[in-house]
Amino acid sequence: MAKEEKILFKNIDPRQQGVVCSYDQYVKTGGYEGLKAALKKTPQEVQTAVKDSGLRGRGGAGFPTGMKWSFVPMDGFKGQKYLVCNCDEMEPGTFKDRALLYGDPHQLIEGMIIAAYSMQMTKGFIFIRYEYMQGSTITDKAIAEAEKAGFLGKNILGSGFDFHLETHLSAGRYICGEETALLNSLEGKRANPRSKPPFPQVRGFLGQPTIVNNVETFCNLPHILARGAEWFKGIGVEGSAGTKIMGASGRVKNPGLWELPMGVSIRELLEDYAGGPSRGKAFKAIIPGGLSTPIFTPDQFDVKLDFDSVAKAGSRLGTAGLIVFDEGDCMVDCSSNIMKFYARESCGWCTPCREGIPWIYDMITSIEEGTGADGDLPVLDEMAKHINHTFCAFAPGAQGPFLSAITKFRGEFEDHIKTRKCSFKS
Amino acid sequence: MRGQLRTIGKGMISDELRRHLSEHCDHYADRRVGLITVMQELQKHYGGYLPDEAIYEAADIVGVTAPDVEGVATFYNWFFREPVGRQIIVCCDSISCHLLGCDRNIAHIERKLGIKMGETTTDGEYTLLPVVCLGDCDNAPSIMIGPELYNRVTPEKLDDIFQKLDSQRPAVAAK
Repeated sequence: MAKEEKILFKNIDPRQQGVVCSYDQYVKTGGYEGLKAALKKTPQEVQTAVKDSGLRGRGGAGFPTGMKWSFVPMDGFKGQKYLVCNCDEMEPGTFKDRALLYGDPHQLIEGMIIAAYSMQMTKGFIFIRYEYMQGSTITDKAIAEAEKAGFLGKNILGSGFDFHLETHLSAGRYICGEETALLNSLEGKRANPRSKPPFPQVRGFLGQPTIVNNVETFCNLPHILARGAEWFKGIGVEGSAGTKIMGASGRVKNPGLWELPMGVSIRELLEDYAGGPSRGKAFKAIIPGGLSTPIFTPDQFDVKLDFDSVAKAGSRLGTAGLIVFDEGDCMVDCSSNIMKFYARESCGWCTPCREGIPWIYDMITSIEEGTGADGDLPVLDEMAKHINHTFCAFAPGAQGPFLSAITKFRGEFEDHIKTRKCSFKS
Repeated sequence: MRGQLRTIGKGMISDELRRHLSEHCDHYADRRVGLITVMQELQKHYGGYLPDEAIYEAADIVGVTAPDVEGVATFYNWFFREPVGRQIIVCCDSISCHLLGCDRNIAHIERKLGIKMGETTTDGEYTLLPVVCLGDCDNAPSIMIGPELYNRVTPEKLDDIFQKLDSQRPAVAAK
């Protein structure tokens, strides 16, 4: 059985909602040591350490963090640069950033200061979804504590480096989690994604160089700086260094969050940690990385949960929040629920997404309700192929679970059309 | 015409609030960055929604056009352009909550309050809305009432929750 590695969760018990690691507790357990180590290095040396650690973004895309940072203009650039934390956690099946934000806000703040120093960014925002308003209050308090202790503000610990950090409570919309949409939102605009290039590293917030990273990505930085890139690389597997906060929800006995080394298998997570099926029915499928990733069936449960292994098996690690289905769940009904989510949250900017997804949702719902027609499935196959011609990754995200559902559970769709009813409903 | 519209936005909020919100915008390299917060504060001031006056006021304070503010107001889930209840109930209906019975809870709330999804109770206390994943999937099904998160919700638990909330309501509203 793979062992839990409590690094980011050192001061967090995800089962204890409402318990916040205090400033004193954080410092007592080695907090802000990573920042002190960083300030002894040059900004470039900190960037090199992050690059060498092999850290990849934890928001879903898994892009190498050091490489992302390397596009930010450094020497000779005199203008304002911005650092932004993406805490717009709204991906169904994903609940790790809530635990990190509510449980140990100083860890996030320390990570952001380290990132800001390494790219010489003097202003930062933590973009928080509206429903995490209490987490925003917790973070505001922690920011004030960090300022009082000299870790934030002017001339941090006598280094001559200034960094001002503030929270931004979003007005709420799933698309705000897309990094360029997030920047538009932060600028007080509708959160439509921007076309890339230019990339935010060059022209981001207010047209200035900007880095957007996920909560969990930042939370890894204090540990990498305090303990070194080599130590970090020693955890996990080749290509996916470190731990990952993994989750399971749905049809498991003990849903929850665990910090595990990258590379544990789906089966280990489901059986050893999540306690197996919740109601005596065998597992039927999982969606590995939050909703927007293709489905795996039980014959794929030996796939290891790291970026490359999951990609090789035809899906994406994403946020590693597993959504678990059992034999009692109708995949047509679930597909209808899934497409309702995407239809509701499409920002409306690109036609294939705005018009195509509601259309697919209507069609699947009619199949679920027993009014599907013989030619529906080939039409759905064809439709699904075209919805991804869009600005951002939202519609391709919708395509993942949907295309895999109509492929892997085609029999269920055909049965609904043939019998004109859902056999899962008694 | 523009002058006329601009006067609609004058005088509905105190000079103090106007100054406070304007100073918030001064804090940024572009005043527009303050718009979302200005709208959130105005929504609080107007009892939970943004009437037309608030749109003009936000435009005036930040220095953008009113149609632009209207575009922002209609984009985000947590801006309301018509009156809503004193407390907003949002029920997660994303996949994990769907698997664990959110539909049953939503039907129970609808029956109990005598409203459908998207409606407000006649006493102006509650508005019921769907929401995407609340990030609490290990405790599904989850709902929020006002700022409070409730999880592992069942119809029985909902009865207790509403009984408690009703007992905390101001006496005037309870009669």
